[in-house]
Amino acid sequence: MMFVAAECTPTSFKDFTLIMPAISVGNVGQLAVDLIVSTLNMCRVGYIHTDCLIPMAGNNPYATFAENANDLSTNAEVYSSPELRLAVLQIRTPVVQTKSKKFCKLMVSWIKASGFSRTVVLSSSHAYQRDDQQLLGTPLRYLQTPSMQKVTGDRLKEMEWKEMETVSTFPGVTDSEQRLYIPGGGATKGLFTDSCAEDIPLVVVLIFCSEGDNIPDAFTLLNHLNTWLHLVDAPAQTQPKWRIPASWRLLFGSGIPPALF
Amino acid sequence: MATFFGEVLSVYSRAVEEDDDDLDDENEDEQIHREIEEKREVHIAWCPEVAQSLEDSGSNKLQCSDLIIAVGTNAAGFLSAYVLNTESWDAVGHVSLWNERSRGSSRQSIALLPGEPACLFYRHRDNPAVLVCQSTCYIAEDQLFQWTEKVFGCLQKRGLSVMVLSDSPVAEYKTPDYLYGSAVPFLRSLKSSASESQALCPALEQPNILTGLPAAVLSHCQVHQIPAVLYQCYTDVISPDSITMETYKPALLCLSKLVKLEPCLSADVLRKFAIITEAQSNLYT
Repeated sequence: MMFVAAECTPTSFKDFTLIMPAISVGNVGQLAVDLIVSTLNMCRVGYIHTDCLIPMAGNNPYATFAENANDLSTNAEVYSSPELRLAVLQIRTPVVQTKSKKFCKLMVSWIKASGFSRTVVLSSSHAYQRDDQQLLGTPLRYLQTPSMQKVTGDRLKEMEWKEMETVSTFPGVTDSEQRLYIPGGGATKGLFTDSCAEDIPLVVVLIFCSEGDNIPDAFTLLNHLNTWLHLVDAPAQTQPKWRIPASWRLLFGSGIPPALF
Repeated sequence: MATFFGEVLSVYSRAVEEDDDDLDDENEDEQIHREIEEKREVHIAWCPEVAQSLEDSGSNKLQCSDLIIAVGTNAAGFLSAYVLNTESWDAVGHVSLWNERSRGSSRQSIALLPGEPACLFYRHRDNPAVLVCQSTCYIAEDQLFQWTEKVFGCLQKRGLSVMVLSDSPVAEYKTPDYLYGSAVPFLRSLKSSASESQALCPALEQPNILTGLPAAVLSHCQVHQIPAVLYQCYTDVISPDSITMETYKPALLCLSKLVKLEPCLSADVLRKFAIITEAQSNLYT
């Protein structure tokens, strides 16, 4: 995995917060990251150039005017906002099937080497896999590594965030071991367990959802994250205003032929 | 997934399922994985002359000022008809790879068997710094990065410029207004940030994206700051077709600065490169 800086000047991420998506059901994490980059007008500072992701290229997905519309964008790019000490990684394509473990290991080692003070992974999990308890109440969950616990303490619990429940390794068997299970979460579990092993302060924030129009899920996840990180100011009792990027047009296909009706 | 109309469809989820094989792979499984990886490796074979140049160069890299890559049968047909039709080009190498759709085993000779999908390199005799690559075989997702790294690994980065011509089905082109038949085929361009060339056709509008080999090549050029320009031709014909090939003509403006081209081409020459697809089924005859 190579982080390649966009300009010749090296970027330092020491003590920055990193937000990254997991490629998961509904692509909610990626949609949420799109909203962050677009709203905060973040600058691209580098690329993640790796064989673990399927290649993709296109014009600037966050274009706001003609001049910046033709900057080429690749499948994994890092954006930065030095004033907020925030870095955001956007991943736009799936992980190559056989390279999931390698991808987690490389991401974790990049996070460690860059010196991020904390990492937030935005993710999602299949709504249909919820048990009876999970069907009630909020669809939002979090997980934090022990190192993160040292940094944030009980802050997330105090905000009444719900920790992701474990499941029985052998369902139906009493006193069976509990394990972490994030169906539809893609590399989320791998990233989390590898971060625990490497003492990396990492939080997973995820939402239960199903495939479909996942834009509302992205907004829900992001507004929830914002109550903790305050990326965007919002007057009390109102939701923050996020800017939808130009690339979200035509998510469900082209214009319809008029002759069809 | 639940649709707007209330019915429930089972849809393949875009999410990658979490890896449940947390247990260590058995040695046998590891061995099998390794063998599959080896089988899927991408190999470049150069002709003896070029192989010698690589060795002599010291850095194991060829001097290359312009690399022109054609991806797809129409792009390859266009290059064959307008550029490679003179006697001044030598076949200098090929890429061999195996995947479920491209069963090309490592080939001994460079000669192209008619109609066979392949990935071939040609070099201009009078200007050996100009390389053309015609890629008509399918390169799997996990092989794209390797292909790009290995090919670019043979070329000097300094002074290198890349042009990619790529076919794409118009069904994948997203536009708010319905595209009438007469508008197709058409060209769109993309270029890396390091490229200062003038656009010869409109830029590819968001939310359209590139995938496959063109995406891998352009991403590589973007990340390594190599000037690169891509012309993507959207067409509604699957097989090689002379009208689609002619759509790439604006690219001739750049190509004519590199090598001497045939001034005018008759329609017959183009048709030679277009295969007439015969109806496989006589169900409706």
